[in-house]
Amino acid sequence: MKILTCISNVPDTTTKIRFVDDNKAFDKNGVQWIINPWDELALTRALELKEASGGAVEKISIITVGTKDAEPVMRKALAIGAEDAIRVDTEAKDAYYVAMQIAEAVKDGGYDMILTGIESSDYNGSSVGRMVAEFLEIPSVSSVSKIEMEGGNISLKREIDGGTEVLETQLPFVAIVQKGIALEPRIPNMRGIMMARKKPLTVVAPAEGEALTEFAGFELPEAKAACKMVDEDNVKELVNLLHTEAKVI
Amino acid sequence: MWEYVCCKGFFPKFDLHFFNKIYPKKYLNMNFEFTEEQLMIRDAARDFAQRELLGDVIERDATATFPTEHVKKLAELGFMGMMVDPKYDGGGMDTVSYILAMEEISKIDASVSVIMSVNNSLVCYGLQKYGNEAQKEKYLKPLARGEKIGAYLLSEPEAGSDATMQRTTAEDKGDHYILNGTKNWITSANSASTYLVMAQTHPEKRHHGINVFIVEKDSPGISLGPHEDKMGMRSSDTHSVMFTDVKVPKENRIGEDGFGFKFAMKALEAGRLGIAAQALGIASGALERAIQYSKERKAFGTEIANHQAIAFKIADMAVKVENARNLCLKAAWLKDNGKPFTTEGSMAKLYAADIAMEVTTEAVQIHGGYGYVKEYHVERLMREAKLTQIYEGTSEIQKIVISRGLLRD
Repeated sequence: MKILTCISNVPDTTTKIRFVDDNKAFDKNGVQWIINPWDELALTRALELKEASGGAVEKISIITVGTKDAEPVMRKALAIGAEDAIRVDTEAKDAYYVAMQIAEAVKDGGYDMILTGIESSDYNGSSVGRMVAEFLEIPSVSSVSKIEMEGGNISLKREIDGGTEVLETQLPFVAIVQKGIALEPRIPNMRGIMMARKKPLTVVAPAEGEALTEFAGFELPEAKAACKMVDEDNVKELVNLLHTEAKVI
Repeated sequence: MWEYVCCKGFFPKFDLHFFNKIYPKKYLNMNFEFTEEQLMIRDAARDFAQRELLGDVIERDATATFPTEHVKKLAELGFMGMMVDPKYDGGGMDTVSYILAMEEISKIDASVSVIMSVNNSLVCYGLQKYGNEAQKEKYLKPLARGEKIGAYLLSEPEAGSDATMQRTTAEDKGDHYILNGTKNWITSANSASTYLVMAQTHPEKRHHGINVFIVEKDSPGISLGPHEDKMGMRSSDTHSVMFTDVKVPKENRIGEDGFGFKFAMKALEAGRLGIAAQALGIASGALERAIQYSKERKAFGTEIANHQAIAFKIADMAVKVENARNLCLKAAWLKDNGKPFTTEGSMAKLYAADIAMEVTTEAVQIHGGYGYVKEYHVERLMREAKLTQIYEGTSEIQKIVISRGLLRD
């Protein structure tokens, strides 16, 4: 069995967000990049499945759609334990474009299980997984919080309103995973970091196609107003402020 | 006219690419960029410290509890023998990576980083550089894998800075030696299983008569003094170690007869880089906490970071930390490139330790009363900083090393 994990390259969650180019582009200057946390969980689960499979999972691959800047993050995924990597050499423009590129790059790869995180922490996109499945015409299951493998059978647990649902699926399939799917993400060890350099990272040219959307502009949320303290005896003042300033009563 | 000549392309355009081809090294050697691997190691150390050390660092400090599980995890990641050649089961990383990792671990927990430093840059370094194949096979490998912990036994009750005055004796008995004496202030003395012990074999030859031995901690005749109740780094276990007629096989001597003092000094030279990076980490950890606190705490109607008195303190602290970092990395770079690094290593250790004391003291000051209680970490960092001015060569000893390096003919 071969597992593919889709890895998105996102700014560290503590990054200060700034925009340039007339608020049309994200300012990448000085940004530290990380593996999208949900994708990292997906990769962690893939590694857990491989370790528990007794050889049934032969290989874990990763794929990223992005420019060369994404490679350090991909190397980290290799250092954690993925065996090989594919980078589609183009900007990740929108979900449709990314999904199309992934589908084109992996359609002949013989992957049995394709994992993506439930969303990306940069643009909160959450469509790539399902779109990949559509492009490849294979089943997809979303909000998966558990993947179990026994023999050739795959069982997936997903969260639904008021409960959980357990599904079985044929191979190949796409699982869009969420929190709870794996234990903590792993820290790469020295051996892994050293090996990462030697593992294959194949760069492929993007397939023909256009993005369906483009960024018209970004706006930062307005700064939150400071908390106003009102003396506990001064209820009148509080009511007045709620009425005239906060306009909630 | 001049303009005319230029415009007409009389002089060919300066071609940097071509220039670099002709002078490939000479002008490109200066490079402050870390490699992908170095950054990955720094991030791994940072993640480890945040995830595994931060949670109970205050409690372990208070109760002086050895971080057994933490060191085990550190070993699993390969940090306990990170610079050892992979053929001896080490990580094969360079000294720059080691500095980065030491800084990150020390920001959170210097007790753990001193265990890591002694194992890496004193014990593993010494064994790899001067041990024979059999010694490396038997002792270096488990130390590099972090399955065993190493300790370095040089200081004595009456031989600290003046290490030539070794009173521990190693009597030559033909196929073995008999060790007698006491060693002081031994980091990881109780948790370590492999000791590197300096002892005097030929007192008449003074320091040329000193030998160094690999001694297994469970050898008959070894006993430990009580756990030292230290001011800082309380979670590392420090003891004195007593040797009474301890039999050590001859094959456990490192190097030729009388090589011990040179071994001790060479190992300290490398070990110093670890402690310099530790001091750097303590300082940069305190700086990070001071910056964060000064942006949150308000006084006189605004965050204290907006008061010049605080902002300038932060600026001064940051300059010191950056200087220390550059000194550490320069010394590490020299070592990695096979160049002499004794003077620079001592400069890094002296400066980083001194500024660690200054920066942590200021961090406590910025925190005010909160800085004086344990919850905010900076008082612990201040206590930890003090030791970096004392061990693996006091600040005064570093000045001797530096000045001798500069003044000798």
